[in-house]
Amino acid sequence: MSIRIDFDGQPLDGRDGQSIGGILLANGHRTWRTAGGAERGIFCGIGICQDCVVTVNGVEGVRACQRTACDGDRVEREVRA
Amino acid sequence: MRIIVIGAGAVGAACALALTEAGAEVVVVDRVGVAGETSSRCEGNILVSDKEPGAEALMAIEANRAWRALAERLDGDRVPGQPATEFEAKGGIVVAFDGGADALQRFAATQRGIGIRADVLDEQALRAAEPHLASDIALGVHYPDDAQVQPSLATQAMLARARHLGAQLRITEVTGAVVEADRVRGVLTPTGRIDADAVVNCAGPWAGDAAALFGSTLDIRPRRGTILVTAPMPQRVFHKVYDADYVGAVGSGDAALQTSTVVESTPGGTVLIGSSRERVGFSDEGLLEPLAEIADKATRLFPFLRDTMLLRTYFGFRPYAPDHLPAIGPDARIAGLFHAAGHEGAGIGLAPTTGALIAHAVLGAQPPLDPTPFLPARATLQGVAA
Repeated sequence: MSIRIDFDGQPLDGRDGQSIGGILLANGHRTWRTAGGAERGIFCGIGICQDCVVTVNGVEGVRACQRTACDGDRVEREVRA
Repeated sequence: MRIIVIGAGAVGAACALALTEAGAEVVVVDRVGVAGETSSRCEGNILVSDKEPGAEALMAIEANRAWRALAERLDGDRVPGQPATEFEAKGGIVVAFDGGADALQRFAATQRGIGIRADVLDEQALRAAEPHLASDIALGVHYPDDAQVQPSLATQAMLARARHLGAQLRITEVTGAVVEADRVRGVLTPTGRIDADAVVNCAGPWAGDAAALFGSTLDIRPRRGTILVTAPMPQRVFHKVYDADYVGAVGSGDAALQTSTVVESTPGGTVLIGSSRERVGFSDEGLLEPLAEIADKATRLFPFLRDTMLLRTYFGFRPYAPDHLPAIGPDARIAGLFHAAGHEGAGIGLAPTTGALIAHAVLGAQPPLDPTPFLPARATLQGVAA
């Protein structure tokens, strides 16, 4: 089974059961957030560090490494000014 | 001249740096490590906004200037192992709800009288500065000089520079003093005696205990503070924003729990939410009540926080002086013993100027301001800590 999510307007394909973070990594995205001028993405991968947070379907602060992707998810970067 | 600095928090690190740069041989002794206690359990405030006119306000104005110069000097030329201070001149905004606006107006006017920049914001300017603030704020005052450092890193930076210039750091506990004819000769540790011509007590909330080792007294007590940390989020808080009742809580001597809302973003994307003050000794119990009260008040200031996830909370003990002034200078009884403690929540902000005043007291360097109000020999500090 394959699913498709939307990442800042870009369609990304993944396997059913894969985490959002897994789909982002599999599609070549290493980082998707900046903090203190540094690139952040999956650091711990086990839900502790909070570095991989994204907005999913309008809900902010979702840990990409923990959230199982669903077909049609809208995933957005969280930008710090 | 050999000088022992007891305590490797922000105040100890600043004293070590000032003394080392003035040419002394410095040994810093801490039982935990660099910024192991109070200095890593705070927010890293460098504030002028919460100071009412008086000796501490004048020191805060000088320290604000000193921090800008120090941060530029430290960050501009980092030695190996020296982190960036993360100095951020973010500015503060103090707000008042209905009923508190007049008092804040008057307070800001008295501060302007001593040279603190305190600009009243109109509704539009307040919204532009902090668009996510609650809609029922009656008054906002902008303090462009308020700033912040990452306190652990700033402490490490000061100490790394001091060590680069020859200061030593020993992780061990000072368990006793060597005093002969009311003059300091050194300290005792579990690993042996360290001889010195002078000792500077920068033991924070434990400064009273340290003074007692030398047969002296210094009435500095612990006052507990708690802080909540949110999960990282897009930036919605752009200054240090706090409720004007914070000033009352800072200046209060009440032992009972007091909370006042203080909200700010960090470069890492988290939001820090404070603050509480209570005198409960060194207890780690009963933390839920202050945390719940802080969370409740913070959502009144910034309603979006209601839907925000918390990552963690932390607490620490601030060194509280009964007359709300730090104790900086020579001990009342023992020659060669000096104190730099009792800054309560202002220790990070006042650190560089404290270091300069200690270099004056110990080595005769030029003081940056009148040291008299801070002298530890004053009567209010001669009681035994309750």
